[in-house]
Amino acid sequence: MERCSRFAMALTMALAAFGCTKERTGGDTAPAAGGSASAEAKPPARAKVGLVTKTDSNPFFVTLREAARAEAGKLGADFVALAGKFDGDNDGQVTAIENLVQQGVTTILITPNSSTGVLGAIKKARDKQVLVIALDTETDPPSAVDATFATDNTAAGRNQGAYVKAALGAKAPDLIMLDGTPGSSVDTQRHTGFLQGIGMADGDAHIRGRQSVNGDQNKAQQSMENLLQRSPKINAVYTLNEPTARGANVALKAKGLADSVVVGSIDGGCQGVQDVKEGKYAVTVMQFPKKMAELGVDAAVEFAKSGKKPSGFQDTGSMVITDKPVAGVESKDTAWGLENCWK
Amino acid sequence: MGTGKLLEVKLERDRGGVLEFVLRTPGVGPALALVVAIVVFSLTTSTFLAVDNLSLVIEQSLVVATMALGQTLVILTAGIDLANAATTVLATLLMSKLALSSGGGVGALLAGFALAAAIGGVAGSLVTRVKLPPFIVTLGLLTIVTAVGRIYSRGQSVRVTDPVLGFLGTRQFLFGRIEITYGMPVALGMFVLLWYALTRTAWGRHVYAIGNEPEAARLSGIHVPRTVLSVYLIAGLVYGVAAWQALGRVPNADPNAYQTGNLDSITAVVLGGTSLFGGRGSVFGTLVGALIVAVLRSGLTQAGIDDLYQDVATGVLVIAAVAVDRFSRTTRQR
Repeated sequence: MERCSRFAMALTMALAAFGCTKERTGGDTAPAAGGSASAEAKPPARAKVGLVTKTDSNPFFVTLREAARAEAGKLGADFVALAGKFDGDNDGQVTAIENLVQQGVTTILITPNSSTGVLGAIKKARDKQVLVIALDTETDPPSAVDATFATDNTAAGRNQGAYVKAALGAKAPDLIMLDGTPGSSVDTQRHTGFLQGIGMADGDAHIRGRQSVNGDQNKAQQSMENLLQRSPKINAVYTLNEPTARGANVALKAKGLADSVVVGSIDGGCQGVQDVKEGKYAVTVMQFPKKMAELGVDAAVEFAKSGKKPSGFQDTGSMVITDKPVAGVESKDTAWGLENCWK
Repeated sequence: MGTGKLLEVKLERDRGGVLEFVLRTPGVGPALALVVAIVVFSLTTSTFLAVDNLSLVIEQSLVVATMALGQTLVILTAGIDLANAATTVLATLLMSKLALSSGGGVGALLAGFALAAAIGGVAGSLVTRVKLPPFIVTLGLLTIVTAVGRIYSRGQSVRVTDPVLGFLGTRQFLFGRIEITYGMPVALGMFVLLWYALTRTAWGRHVYAIGNEPEAARLSGIHVPRTVLSVYLIAGLVYGVAAWQALGRVPNADPNAYQTGNLDSITAVVLGGTSLFGGRGSVFGTLVGALIVAVLRSGLTQAGIDDLYQDVATGVLVIAAVAVDRFSRTTRQR
């Protein structure tokens, strides 16, 4: 008897959990329009936007997601957010795209984990008349999606490089580069742009060390400590993003080098701008994820209304943030930065 | 003792009836859970119960289901394989790079299978010859194999254009409407093969016996090290097939892919009712377990639930499944 009742309790709880599911559906999203399969020329009147980010946890993607959600709410569009589990989770993103198409979204906004890994799923979605826009990261080829709204990462890297070069003045650079994930297009573009900006080339003898730290603060600190051990005489550091720059700063401080080395970074998170204000590193280049998200949702709503699709690459811009401006590089101070940063 | 007493015992058993059957037979409980989930999602969403969606759900579960088949074999011997997804990923890299450089898809495919089986062989040897715990062996291999994959690929993903490597992702329509990929019959074939080997051969009985009580198995004349080694070798080969499945699904071998594949496969095994303590479970349950995860992900997405909540739901189910396993063990022991 006791066994029976315990089992019944478990079953009831399971059903109750599913019951909640149903309630949430009713509250969150309007009933699906139903006509998802029929892909006629007539555009659906109400936009249903699906967002697929690289991961759930990165603050950059959280900002992107919340901005998209807010914009969708403002414009009266339905909104669903999904994500891969980690950088490189192509399978998870493919599954997310398939499930969104199944659910009948009119537009998919995606920050692709790999610039080639999800193209098959994107093609299937576009074949079903879903508008697909890449945010933040380009696909390869870029024509795999209808349009791309992103930072021109090469330009952002070039600005970082130009600033570091100007801050060094007459001194020849002795550089350490803390890269992101090898093979990612963002990593390659920022790295290349930085070298253009500072006027060096890969393999230059003045690049005293480089290591991939996957944008991870702990790994960055460890790598920086080891690289400094090998070549203590440096005056410039390139970092892929702000957590990397923070890690580098800790290692430099421990060696008493924090004030003599120019560290540059990219991203424009509020914590990053605060770091620049506190002098942990000299400069950061701000990106505008909110703008990417809003442009994406606006395009989705426009598409649902009129059937008009955006096309090509749209640069959402970047801005050099520093309290020590240099000649020849346009920049804003950290006060402006704190007003415009992303959380 | 008289027949009256025997009858009493029998009646006592029968009182449990269906419930006893569900708890005692591995795979039945998970299958019921799967049916319940499908029914619930079919009722609560307008898009879940569609032929194309159901075939999509199966397709989405294939790679993890295949990795989980290998994982099931290892877990049945009371082991665990943390390196299975890393092995799969390294095999995808080898296959796609070889196919690019030599142009021979079949050779590349076989090389990938051989590599995966070899890694399984290394794991099996370390477990049986050096007598290291499977957890430690596969933890070490996970790190090594992942790093080798990144070194070998220089961190770059490799595009797959070879038709042989992409074969399992090729689509076909059955009866006009049901869209399947060739990956589906291949997974089913492997499942039937392993099911047969586990339930109808001496080798299969030995695997279960070793998982239940290795010392007793040894005393009854089973060559334990050789059997365990064969389990790791076969599991490795299965991961090779998982690599083929993965290339069919995402035609891009990525050194950073499937980072949680080992845990996802363990999830499928556990949801399928296979005991983590070895000796009890079935490949049938594992297939069901993999489907449960895919059904949850698809159904909750159709229902508009944020995917972090989907992970919560999966986690709750895993704990519940192990609780049921314990519960049914005590039932069995009564």
